[in-house]
Amino acid sequence: MSILLSDISKNFGTFAALDHINLEVPEGELVALLGPSGCGKTTLLRIIAGLEHADKGRVLINEEDKTDQNVSQRGIGFVFQHYALFRHMTVFENVAFGLRVKPRRDRPSNDIIAKKVHALLELVQLDWLNDRYPDQLSGGQRQRIALARALAVEPSVLLLDEPFGALDASVRKDLRQWLRNLHHELNVTSIFVTHDQEEAMEVASQVVVLNHGRIEQQGSPSDIYDHPANAFVSRFIGQTNVFDLDKHDADWLQTAGLLPPHSDGKIAHVRPHDILIEKSTADQAAPATLKDWQHLGALIRLELVKNGSNGSAAPVFAEMPNDQFKQLNLNRGDKVDLKIRQAHWFH
Amino acid sequence: MNAVTQPINPAKLVARQQLALQDPDWVRWTLIAIAIGFISLFICLPLGLVIFQAFSKGVAAYWSALSQDDTIAAINLTLLTALVTVPLNTVFGVTAAWAITRFDFKGKSLLTTLIDLPFSVSPVISGFIFVLLFGAEGWFGEWLIVHDIKIIFAVPGIILATLFITFPFVARQLIPLMQEMGNQEEEAALSLGASGWQTFWAVTIPNIKWALLYGVLLCNARAMGEFGAVSVVSGHIRGLTNTLPLHVEVNYNDYDVVGAFASASILAGLAIVTLILKTALEWKQGNR
Ligand SMILES: Nc1ncnc2c1ncn2[C@@H]1O[C@H](COP(=O)(O)OP(=O)(O)OP(=O)(O)O)[C@@H](O)[C@H]1O
Ligand SMILES: [Mg+2]
Repeated sequence: MSILLSDISKNFGTFAALDHINLEVPEGELVALLGPSGCGKTTLLRIIAGLEHADKGRVLINEEDKTDQNVSQRGIGFVFQHYALFRHMTVFENVAFGLRVKPRRDRPSNDIIAKKVHALLELVQLDWLNDRYPDQLSGGQRQRIALARALAVEPSVLLLDEPFGALDASVRKDLRQWLRNLHHELNVTSIFVTHDQEEAMEVASQVVVLNHGRIEQQGSPSDIYDHPANAFVSRFIGQTNVFDLDKHDADWLQTAGLLPPHSDGKIAHVRPHDILIEKSTADQAAPATLKDWQHLGALIRLELVKNGSNGSAAPVFAEMPNDQFKQLNLNRGDKVDLKIRQAHWFH
Repeated sequence: MNAVTQPINPAKLVARQQLALQDPDWVRWTLIAIAIGFISLFICLPLGLVIFQAFSKGVAAYWSALSQDDTIAAINLTLLTALVTVPLNTVFGVTAAWAITRFDFKGKSLLTTLIDLPFSVSPVISGFIFVLLFGAEGWFGEWLIVHDIKIIFAVPGIILATLFITFPFVARQLIPLMQEMGNQEEEAALSLGASGWQTFWAVTIPNIKWALLYGVLLCNARAMGEFGAVSVVSGHIRGLTNTLPLHVEVNYNDYDVVGAFASASILAGLAIVTLILKTALEWKQGNR
């Protein structure tokens, strides 16, 4: 079901944690709420769930105003960052909890509860753990049980607060893919919080970038990557080289094939893979020197130093596929020509 | 040296580290002897003496001392006091711990400090507070006389004083535990549709039950054993306002050694049972 937030503000004392948030999440979408630490992601999620009250603004779920409704009546599945499994209950009882606390007339019989819990545990591929206690599970297993528990009450909306935050890198990667597939299967409208841009891009169909309690941009992952709305988004969403015309980068950029635009701004953001490299033939006038490189799996990241008296000391990063780099046959200290394919200009 | 080329034996390494932490034998044995000697002299010896004195004139004298009307009245009053104060302080303690760990409000740190007040004030002073409030010369004294309500030198006074003295036990046990646990599990329960009441019984209580029992146990031991505060408000009326500890003193002052020590042996027995249960609970808590 769709979620609509209109003009949500929240202050802690004099500190504005959320500042006039307007957000619409269409039905069935999996949206990532992305932003640096302390930008208000958890606060926003808690307000949607009803665990926290906004000072201002309304929360609508499926066009119904839920602003003044209690947490327990909102029918929202919430997966906490640190799982918050009931430590004195088995995995089975944890998942069954939401069904057992229903009012008597809605409460399913024990048989139906058992069937449903086992089905959910199978969905998260952990049925064999049903009689364990939470402290006998690994982090990734706990996370999946927390998800199964939230799904048991058939929530209209699923909210996940940094679901993979406490897990190590390889488990995270597995679970990301798994969450994406699960969402395809269930199609429940979901918002998940993360401060990892790669995770947001990989899992979500829509990304909302939050900073200092404000929404900086909302769009599909490719939208946000290819057309960042401002310098913050551009920097946050992936690695970028920053060139400032006021700091005498103009000539250098011209050599690199990037003419300053007429009015778009004075600061150019260039993604590493938008910089093409060639071994320089004109030894003296070459715009850059290769300082070092690192292997990033399929890609190589090259660390370049700008040549010329007016350049600032900051290194320039470029990326290219492994085999292409081998063909160039470059060594440390080689002079290189470079060509910038495109840039985003900001004021 | 060939020691350098030999692989290091990890077991030996551990043994050496343990050795490094250990003092010479004579220091160890002296310290242990002092500790044991101290405990024997100041705890085991008096306890043994209580039992010895209680039975000094034989089992029959012991039983007859215990079956005196005044002794039975004292036992009953002690039980009544515990029966009223322990449940009340359990409810108060849980409420206070809940309020302090789950809500933010003005005066929270003041409340936390006040909970400890009965621990930091001498019990005699605590008793006097009630005399000042409810005694014949006290603030409410006149009003109480007019309405013919007796608090001081009567059972209500004893219960009030005990209630005050034993208030911190449950709350003190729960507050650190509930602070450390946080309220995430409770929030999770609420988000799954549980009511506040269901959350309390199904999530909060199971998580705090051992600490709660431990607090109740300590609270009960003190409620039955309190002397100072109760002594001030009781008036020492035989068969009416004497709790067991007071009864022991009265008997002793009357040179009724067997009577005094027979009653004392009940309190000593209570202390031993409490200790055993306490150890069991600590073991249980440690194993969770
Ligand atoms: N109960 C509170 N009292 C005061 N300030 C708070 C409270 N909760 C959050 N804040 C503040 O509000 C801001 C947003 O907090 P929030 O927890 O939403 O951040 P977040 O985006 O989830 O960060 P992270 O990625 O580190 O979890 C932070 O600066 C935080 O210090
Ligand atoms: Mg957070």
